[in-house]
Amino acid sequence: MSSNRKPRDKRMSIDEVVGSLESGMTIGIGGWGPRRKPMALVRAIYNSDLTDLTIVSWGGADVGLLARAGKIRRLVYAFVSLDSVPLEPNFQRARQTASIPEVVELDEGMFQTGLRAAAQRLPFLPMRAGLGSDVMVNNPWLTTVTSPYDEGHGHEELVAVPALRLDAALVHLNRADQHGNASYLGPDPYFDDLFAMAADKTYLSVEQVVDTAGLTVEAPVQRLLLSRMMVSGVVETPNGAHFTTCTPDYERDERFQRAYAAAASGSDEDWQAFHDRFLAGDEASYQAAVQANTLENAR
Amino acid sequence: MSDYTRADVCAAAIADAFSEDGEIFASPMGLLPTLGVRLAKLTSNPDLVISDGESVFLGGVPPLGGKDVVEGWIPFRRVFDVVAYGKRHVMMGATQIDRLGNQNISAIGAFAQPKRQLLGSRGAPGNTVNNRTSYWVPKHSSRVFVEDVDIVSGVGPTRAAQAGAAASRFNDIHRIVSNLGVFDLGGAGDTVRLVSVHPGVSVDEVVAATGFVLEVPDEVPVTREPSYEELLLIREVLDPKGLRFKEVPND
Repeated sequence: MSSNRKPRDKRMSIDEVVGSLESGMTIGIGGWGPRRKPMALVRAIYNSDLTDLTIVSWGGADVGLLARAGKIRRLVYAFVSLDSVPLEPNFQRARQTASIPEVVELDEGMFQTGLRAAAQRLPFLPMRAGLGSDVMVNNPWLTTVTSPYDEGHGHEELVAVPALRLDAALVHLNRADQHGNASYLGPDPYFDDLFAMAADKTYLSVEQVVDTAGLTVEAPVQRLLLSRMMVSGVVETPNGAHFTTCTPDYERDERFQRAYAAAASGSDEDWQAFHDRFLAGDEASYQAAVQANTLENAR
Repeated sequence: MSDYTRADVCAAAIADAFSEDGEIFASPMGLLPTLGVRLAKLTSNPDLVISDGESVFLGGVPPLGGKDVVEGWIPFRRVFDVVAYGKRHVMMGATQIDRLGNQNISAIGAFAQPKRQLLGSRGAPGNTVNNRTSYWVPKHSSRVFVEDVDIVSGVGPTRAAQAGAAASRFNDIHRIVSNLGVFDLGGAGDTVRLVSVHPGVSVDEVVAATGFVLEVPDEVPVTREPSYEELLLIREVLDPKGLRFKEVPND
């Protein structure tokens, strides 16, 4: 029995997070496209022995990297984009060579509804999105449900969006305490709370771990997005969302993103060189390589 | 001020697509739609609710890329709420659009192994069965205006009707604006119809650049010229750097 009468300290290392994941798992990745992605954790999975993953993501370079490394058996997405580079080259390459065995393309809002169903422990939730579109054709297992109510428009037949249940969720926020209470300081929470509640285990990386009181010193309480009851592990990964945004700590590293996109759309040698320079080592060596690259570019 | 450009005509035509929307969230995707929506807010429809394209509603009307007073919060989760609420008019791009007003931004070729993977369907399926949707095509060609789209992301009225009342109830494909003209779904059997050709463009040119049988009325009007006020707003206020010419070159 614990004698200090405090909630658990959930701090762990990147390796411990990856070590708690298993091949074949369904893993949700928070953030949105090229925004506040848990890239340090994604990079560690990229370099891990994990295989046959189902990845659930409003995708950016997280999907691109894992696809390039052949980690994905099944991909659930509504888009994969880097915004300023609209088409994610590693994702494009994977799709055009059909290297991801199973592909589930949903509407953006359906994706949220699926997470919501999972977070509410429901098998599905109804919605209009998907009706009439090829989302229903390309995912023939998706089906509709007829409303038991007639509100003057007949018994409407709506999409029964299935719960997107996750074995694990990976999210990156700005601040957390050691127990897993976490705040976002940027303009948008994205859907990280939904990912957390849709998952059996949620691993949270943050820019900085602070004491609990510190969470509300500079930020209003409404910025506390995650409660520790939703969180299994906390990792401090400064610059851990790089090269995606982590406003206000940092914005997207557009220059680096362009270099990533160029390597990803180039020859195998181009990608190998990028991999060797930035991705082959651990997170510390990635950050050191990024810093050296930035200094080089500034010269 | 009579030396307006094609991009100015397109901006005014896009503005006209939003002129009668009233107090709803105008949601433009891309550069010319953003310019057109802001032009509408400064002229025909000051009630429009506009955003920075990221997470806040703007109280004023800044130039492209600019900031202004914040009047609300619209993170992505609330965008989905407003889509379902319905007080929204989105203007999306279209890699392909067909005679029945279906749109594709997902991929070219077969879904299982596309020749060219694009963005994915994004919000197009949900947009088109929930709120008013228009499309912007900066380079009108028979590769964009095709007989059948490869993948139906955005749903046209015929597909919506086939899917049932829940899909067709709020399906409202309003306008397609291209660099050559303005179109709607008012053709026979809810097909694409030519509404107007831009100044300097012939009907034959539009027909030749369209890969399906386009409904062409006996009399096709010319898209209106931008007014003096609109040209001033476009050039001096909204797009002084001329970013619009990257999408619609000034030739």
